[in-house]
Amino acid sequence: MGKTFHKPEALSNQQTHYCPGCTHGVIHRLIAEVIDELGIRGRTVGIAPVGCAVLAYNYFTFDFQEAAHGRAPAMATGIKRVRPDLVVFTYQGDGDLASIGMGEIVHAANRGEKFTTIFVNNAVYGMTGGQMAPTTMPNQRTTTSPFGRDVTDVGMPIKVAELLAALQTPGYITRQTVIRPKYIVKAKKAIRRAFEYQLEGKCFSLVEVVSTCPTNWGMTPLEAVEWSENTLLPYYPLGDVKTPEPMSGGTDAK
Amino acid sequence: MSKVLMKGNEAIGEAAIRAGCLNYFAYPITPQSEVAEYLARRMPEVGGVFLQGESEVAVGYMIFGASACGARVMTTSSSPGISLMSEAISYIACGQCPSVFVNIMRGGPGLGGILPSQGDYFQATKGGGHGDYRLLVLAPASVQEAVDMVMMAFPLAEKYRNPVMIMGDGLIGQMMEPVVFPDHLKTEQLNTETWATSGMDTRKSSTRNLVKTLYLDPVQLNAQNLLLKAKYERMKKEDVRFEPYNIDSDYQVLIVSYGTMSRVCRTAIDNLKNKGIQIAMIRPQTLFPFPETAIRDAASKESCKTVISIEMSMGQMVEDVERCVQGRKPVEWYGKCGGEVPTPEEIMEVVQSYLTTKRKEQN
Repeated sequence: MGKTFHKPEALSNQQTHYCPGCTHGVIHRLIAEVIDELGIRGRTVGIAPVGCAVLAYNYFTFDFQEAAHGRAPAMATGIKRVRPDLVVFTYQGDGDLASIGMGEIVHAANRGEKFTTIFVNNAVYGMTGGQMAPTTMPNQRTTTSPFGRDVTDVGMPIKVAELLAALQTPGYITRQTVIRPKYIVKAKKAIRRAFEYQLEGKCFSLVEVVSTCPTNWGMTPLEAVEWSENTLLPYYPLGDVKTPEPMSGGTDAK
Repeated sequence: MSKVLMKGNEAIGEAAIRAGCLNYFAYPITPQSEVAEYLARRMPEVGGVFLQGESEVAVGYMIFGASACGARVMTTSSSPGISLMSEAISYIACGQCPSVFVNIMRGGPGLGGILPSQGDYFQATKGGGHGDYRLLVLAPASVQEAVDMVMMAFPLAEKYRNPVMIMGDGLIGQMMEPVVFPDHLKTEQLNTETWATSGMDTRKSSTRNLVKTLYLDPVQLNAQNLLLKAKYERMKKEDVRFEPYNIDSDYQVLIVSYGTMSRVCRTAIDNLKNKGIQIAMIRPQTLFPFPETAIRDAASKESCKTVISIEMSMGQMVEDVERCVQGRKPVEWYGKCGGEVPTPEEIMEVVQSYLTTKRKEQN
């Protein structure tokens, strides 16, 4: 029997800068595995966001661009329009995508741009030190909502997947998580499917990944997993929210 | 190709195609929308890319993404739109991606107006976006020159791997003039092997390319800025362009003026010449790099008493003129903005007022 576990070719040898208990590393690996399996490393361009994953390009071994805050979908549009043969994905957090970059993601999705977005939602701004994000939960304490998110003042957390799924243009929009092994297999399938839709030239695809931020939530990694599961997942239900084909039967989201 | 009568904005669109730019992203704004309208029809005919972005902010980054993978790209806009693109321009300059931005200037600040202006001189030549970067800025004075400069802009952008801006004003964009289009540009394929994110397979390379603007290490960021500075210094040595007018005469006043404004100045100079008064002009065709030596030398001529910067703005280029003249002669400013264009008669009057030794103080 040969070696069954190995580092994906699409992943570099560099040690990540992510905090203990953060799920970026798992998500990076899933993307790298999918890129290896699809054999597309030589024609993939990734786009790093502004946020914790700004240095994501250090951990992958294919072409990368680094965007300004929120603008990754516009850059991906630029690449994909002039080079439809390339495989393009943006990797964005909730501050990047759902706050400053909301305009760019909505219009890219609505135009049906043929790229893939991996949207990591941990309900907080990580890199800048734990400020309130559009996805921060009601009453969740952050450095800019020190008394908890007051929804009468700043509104309810934005459900990005549902918001984008409301667009009339066909697309693949799904929400997954990687906080426990049982979710990881499904998340990888969804990421693979998102890239496959792109390869078929079918539609825009977005995988929202509900994540953790032990550092800025002030929790241990284990507590963070539990909080994510008990608090985030009920509000951000998992499963396909929209597929380009008519959705058959029930989904996890229902 | 024979001479055709064409609106400036449409001619700019056609020139881009002839320059081999088959990728165009833009957002509508008066007075440049005809470029987008023209290319929306024309790009599909030549198998090119036309996309109307959702905002100038997004368009700036579409240009960044596309240019970073090695494509020849252009966008056009007008003053408020260029403000929104300025964020991306700063990133593109740092990421060293060749690209062409056309600004058909209108009056500002704020929404300002939709009539011609030259109020974006500072924005184009001194920054606009954040950080230490420069654009190579070309300033056409006619529809023909706008076409010629579009053809010139792409090779320059690629020579320096830097954004090039063409600064027209509403008049250049809106007026119709006879124009002859040059043959399609034949340039060597831009060498993108070492930097563009074109896909490793495309380059037959096993090493990846990265286009980035983040340098957390101060030593590295300083080094990146020095690298950029070296390019800007090279622009100053190799790509200063200007047109002298009546410079061999014994002129008493030297005018510095660019774009549409310089054409009015030329008429005023001709009229004064008929009255026996010699006035010369330096017309910068590149606003950065600025024709520093030419202006200094022209101002140094013994017959020259005064230098006047005449602009459709409240006095922006005059600061560069002062910098070049270095106190050798008095430097004055005259201008109007908001869409008002000084007439030849006004300019003749202003110039003549400096010919008398004791000019009435107007402050």
